[in-house]
Amino acid sequence: MRFLSIYKTIESSVPPTPEEMATMGKLIERGMKAGWLLSTEGCLPSKLGARVRRSEGKVTVTDGPFTEAKELVGGFAIMQANSKDEAIELAKNFLSIVGEGECELRQLYESNSAAQSNTDSRPRTQVAQKG
Amino acid sequence: MTASETHREIEAVWRIEFTRLVGGLTRLLRDVGVAEELAQDALVAALEQWPASGIPRNPGAWLMATAKHRAIDYLRRHALTDRKHELLGHELAERENEIPDFASAIDDHIGDDLLRLVFIACHPVLSTEARVALTLRLLGGLSADEIARAYLVGVPTIAQRIVRAKRTLAEAHVPFEVPRPAEFTARLSSVLQVIYLIFNEGYSATSGDDWMRPHLCEEALRLGRILAELVPDESEAHGLCALMEIQASRSQARVGDSGQPILLMDQDRTRWDQLLIHRGLAALDRAEQLGRKRGPYVIQAALAACHARAASPSDTDWAHIVALYAELAAIAPSPIVELNRAVAVSMAYGPSAGLELLDTLRDDPALRGYHLLPSVRGDLLRKLGRLKEARAEFETAASMTRNARERNLLLERALSCGPARQ
Repeated sequence: MRFLSIYKTIESSVPPTPEEMATMGKLIERGMKAGWLLSTEGCLPSKLGARVRRSEGKVTVTDGPFTEAKELVGGFAIMQANSKDEAIELAKNFLSIVGEGECELRQLYESNSAAQSNTDSRPRTQVAQKG
Repeated sequence: MTASETHREIEAVWRIEFTRLVGGLTRLLRDVGVAEELAQDALVAALEQWPASGIPRNPGAWLMATAKHRAIDYLRRHALTDRKHELLGHELAERENEIPDFASAIDDHIGDDLLRLVFIACHPVLSTEARVALTLRLLGGLSADEIARAYLVGVPTIAQRIVRAKRTLAEAHVPFEVPRPAEFTARLSSVLQVIYLIFNEGYSATSGDDWMRPHLCEEALRLGRILAELVPDESEAHGLCALMEIQASRSQARVGDSGQPILLMDQDRTRWDQLLIHRGLAALDRAEQLGRKRGPYVIQAALAACHARAASPSDTDWAHIVALYAELAAIAPSPIVELNRAVAVSMAYGPSAGLELLDTLRDDPALRGYHLLPSVRGDLLRKLGRLKEARAEFETAASMTRNARERNLLLERALSCGPARQ
């Protein structure tokens, strides 16, 4: 089954350092080599983006930067995993390297996969890990 | 966190780390069977300790370190019988003292270990069935139970097959190494074949409410992607990846609502998976940039890519497809390839050109009893307006196929050519 992982974090005012870029590059390389990372992209600062919204028939466009929100989308990944638990582990591993923030995991629709019926919908409460 | 949540988390970590554990342990122990057992021991240790102590910060490293400890113990226990292993065990224990982060030191070897593991699992001393089972077990991390479900056979059969395969490897003293240059190409092609067999097992099964069948495709794709990165200079590895990605991209479009197969030309192309097509075309690019002579997987991927690039059936570059089939026939001659080439020729240059080529195959013993030969011939004859002959061909084809759905389809086409007597 496939998961979309939307990474959200506090927008940084400075561009990533070469070291941070290298770390990210290595992380992506590892995911690709292990075969579970299907696609990933990172976002440029939100000041280059815009929000387009339609509400009650009216369309509004708001240019970035999006200062009101605490955490913003920083990038996404599409991952192949055998279970939601596996996707969670992959997201944890990602966060342990990139730092603070959140990964919103969403299972992706695949019509011929019985993965949907196999989905474990038990709620889960996350508890801080012990060292 | 409840105990069951912890268990689920451990299982997930385990699944992710399993192959690396087995690879690392096999390098130390030179016995894939023992390596798998000790890796299993590390899982048991995690299941015992983590619910109480909490999940370690780096669970993969914890598992690896624990497994290594077991390996050292094992080597010490067997030291009296094997002097070489004793030295190895000694050395290992010392290295562990020197290097604080033992697991990360092992990390450097992961790629090599995985590649060696691939070659061991697909070793020629094993039967094809055993290669498939061992590859799914060791590299896919599937349990005997999961493999049995995927292949619709009993669990004991698969469990036995895996046990026997490991014993065969041990008895033959198969070394844990990447094959030498002289035999590398042949050994690699055996690995590619095993992965493609796994893929096809999942892909051609259109029945199956069981999710393990599509799971086989996913697993083969994952193995193919890993392999291509392990041998990045091998164009055929990228070719196989490209072929599987592009074929898998059609999996949602190739089966109708009532489970009937939908032919390539009739598929709703908006349902093709663009992410997989994109990945497939990128893999094909990589294969072709390696610049060597194209092998069978690269050519087949290029054929699949011709269809993937065509937004509608009428956009298909049939002349290119004809050329690719000719290239494939030159390096891997087979009547099936010729049959496909005849179809492509008819699409590119008209039905009589196709028929001409097809008729050179009529007496090929390999195609005797193969229903697609008269079926294709019927199609071409119908296009040429030779309805009576077309009808006879469709009827012959219908009498040859054992698939009821296909037989009905062929009889319908026979009927569409007009009444039996004219």
